Amino acid sequence: MLWLLFFLVTAIHAELCQPGAENAFKVRLSIRTALGDKAYAWDTNEEYLFKAMVAFSMRKVPNREATEISHVLLCNVTQRVSFWFVVTDPSKNHTLPAVEVQSAIRMNRNRINNAFSLNDQTLEFLKIPSTLAPPTDPSVPIWIIIFGVIFCIVIVAITLLILSGIRQRRRKNKEPPEVDDTEDKCENMITVENGIPCDPLDMKGGHINEAFMTEDERLTPL
Amino acid sequence: MAHTPEPDPASGNLGDERPKWDNKAQYLLSCIGFAVGLGNIWRFPYLCQTYGGGAFLVPYVIALIFEGIPLFHVELAIGQRLRKGSIGVWTAISPYLSGLGLGCVTLSFLVSLYYNTILAWVLWYFLNSFQHPLPWSSCPPDLNRTGFVEECQGSSAVSYFWYRQTLNITADISDSGSIQWRLLVCLAACWAIVYMCVIRGIETTGKAIYFTASFPYLVLTVFLIRALTLPGATKGLIYLFTPNMQILQNPRVWLDAATQIFFSLSLAFGGHIAFASYNLPRNDCRKDAVVIALVNSMTSLYASIAVFSILGFKATNSYEYCLDRNILSLINEFDFPEQSISRDDYPAVLMHLTTTQPGRVARLPLKACHLEDFLDKSASGPGLAFILFTEAVLHMPGAPGWAVLFFGMLFTLGLSSMFGNMEAVITPLLDKGVLPRWVPKEALTGLVCLACFLSAICFTLQSGNYWLEIFDNFAAPLNLLIFAFLEVVGVVYVYGMKRFCDDIAWMTGRRPGPYWRLTWRVVSPLLLLTIFVAYVTLLAWKPLSYRAWNPQYELFPSRQEKLYPGWVRAACVLLSLLPVLWVPMAALAQLLTRRKRTWRDRHVRPNTDAR
Repeated sequence: MLWLLFFLVTAIHAELCQPGAENAFKVRLSIRTALGDKAYAWDTNEEYLFKAMVAFSMRKVPNREATEISHVLLCNVTQRVSFWFVVTDPSKNHTLPAVEVQSAIRMNRNRINNAFSLNDQTLEFLKIPSTLAPPTDPSVPIWIIIFGVIFCIVIVAITLLILSGIRQRRRKNKEPPEVDDTEDKCENMITVENGIPCDPLDMKGGHINEAFMTEDERLTPL
Repeated sequence: MAHTPEPDPASGNLGDERPKWDNKAQYLLSCIGFAVGLGNIWRFPYLCQTYGGGAFLVPYVIALIFEGIPLFHVELAIGQRLRKGSIGVWTAISPYLSGLGLGCVTLSFLVSLYYNTILAWVLWYFLNSFQHPLPWSSCPPDLNRTGFVEECQGSSAVSYFWYRQTLNITADISDSGSIQWRLLVCLAACWAIVYMCVIRGIETTGKAIYFTASFPYLVLTVFLIRALTLPGATKGLIYLFTPNMQILQNPRVWLDAATQIFFSLSLAFGGHIAFASYNLPRNDCRKDAVVIALVNSMTSLYASIAVFSILGFKATNSYEYCLDRNILSLINEFDFPEQSISRDDYPAVLMHLTTTQPGRVARLPLKACHLEDFLDKSASGPGLAFILFTEAVLHMPGAPGWAVLFFGMLFTLGLSSMFGNMEAVITPLLDKGVLPRWVPKEALTGLVCLACFLSAICFTLQSGNYWLEIFDNFAAPLNLLIFAFLEVVGVVYVYGMKRFCDDIAWMTGRRPGPYWRLTWRVVSPLLLLTIFVAYVTLLAWKPLSYRAWNPQYELFPSRQEKLYPGWVRAACVLLSLLPVLWVPMAALAQLLTRRKRTWRDRHVRPNTDAR
């Protein structure tokens, strides 16, 4: 009698968890891709951990706090490593609706990933889309910072160049005029009267007027 | 040499003499920097790849010998002899040719508008390279964060970053959209940098050119060494350089080789004339011309090796990724253990599965992966830099560093070319004396840079990229060909071959030999005429169309081929004609002035003897 009951229970369980069954989800793990040499083998203990994580996620859903590990059924484990799972209710007769399971897994996806040292790409729940990480935008985009630095340097350089140019020009203007400049000025300032150029009197500074001072009187005689 | 003008500035600035280069190296570097530009990186490798690899070098070298070097020598010689910018030079050769100088200035102005916009894009990418991971490495998630943005998913992360996050491009040229403030800000920074470098003419560019001309070579070398150590680089080099001599029978190859040499040396802009006008009067411009032209071509080749290595690496990467994706599909479908099919086993396994379980295999999204397909994916222009290269850089370890180096190199390459463009505009204006003498040079350069910046704001609109292509395809090529032809003809036939040879003998110590005289008199003008006719024929034959980025297109991510609307076509024609129109207009104005003067002389003083 007991044997019959046992077989019946296993048969029902087998029917509840089948590839493509209602409320069943396929899970695919890529352990070797994620961990390389440190990959662990997938055995029944890992399956137990998986069941425990799913049960843990379901227990966080209101009204489902009584979910036990035995309520989570796994089947069709392949070498890929992939398998199907369902979560049954306490009576173990029907499976919990897919929507509930989906939202529970989504909320705790991070914890489940970390339990297996995997991530969203290597521990895939087909049909359960993962929430992408929000873009990590710093408050001030980096490019603006670097742009600010470069632009400030350029503006400072331009200002320095303009100022040095002004200073150079001022210095050139203040210098006593060189010979050719003087000649230029002479040519420009020569006044012409009746075709004869007149020399402006006050052009050359310091003009000795020979009429009032002779050569030998310049030095005071002893 | 009875009537040759003395090398001293007899006309023009009285008080201050003409600025001079500090040393010969500055002059050579400036010319090399002007000639070596973005085209050496992204146009020459593309042409090499499309036209049969190593075989392309044959028409290229022929064009260099018969067209590039002779024209270049002419420009340097007249600039150095007449010691003026392009307007002054052509007015001195013949007043009827003064329109040529004005046309060159207008053309340089138009080119610098869009050239600096490209630099603004480069600067934007440069600024965005200082982060890890690079912003074009992954798609941004969509609003409810369940997947990626649809446009990005359909194309690729790099394309999305270029078309959407940089350009924010519209689907049609008539739809101008709004000004992109990010690009506007980068454009302002670019013009500020250009102003900082050209503020006092060659005094400041001469210092800046030491860095901007040598940095690209350093980076190219670093990239070359790195690229050659990447897997798949040699495959890329072999495939892309293997000569396919059959292709030489296609006349397009010869046309493109001639055009490439011409644009690559930046001839007929007036920039080389301006640079040479600051030289000492007795300088061997013949040697300079040959040296600079050869350096330019060597740089193109050197850059191609680096570019092909990296493209080979990228193709290998894409090929392996394609294979891996197929393998993963098979493993997932048939639940094989992980990593049980290696890349070499894949064809055999696939065949086995196709025969045993064809139904299941047929349902899988398996793509055909051939290395040649990936190697054939080529691009020229911005597509090479901003899409292909950015993707290649993603796969190199230490990606941000390489991205910074690459875009820094592009920026300095473009900047040294900008110096030439700006000098081509500023030197003639300075010589002509458009502003009064008391206005400092800094103010003139500032005004020119400001005018350019304000005019270039139209390229920061959302449809700016389409307009830039118009400028690049129509404004520059036709006008340059006409100007170069007029230059050669003007110097050889108007100025006089004998006078020109005498000048060169005075400057360099040797008369030009028969090679030079023959190319100047016959070969180069003929070649230019042929290229011009072929260019116009091709343009008239093909309908004017452009390729738009339209996410709503059925064949997205392919670009949609659209025809230019009528008003845009009118704008194209205007752009092509505007610089050239100066030539007949100036000649006409000169003719009218002469007529008026002779009429006045004849009628105002009827009775006096001739002076």
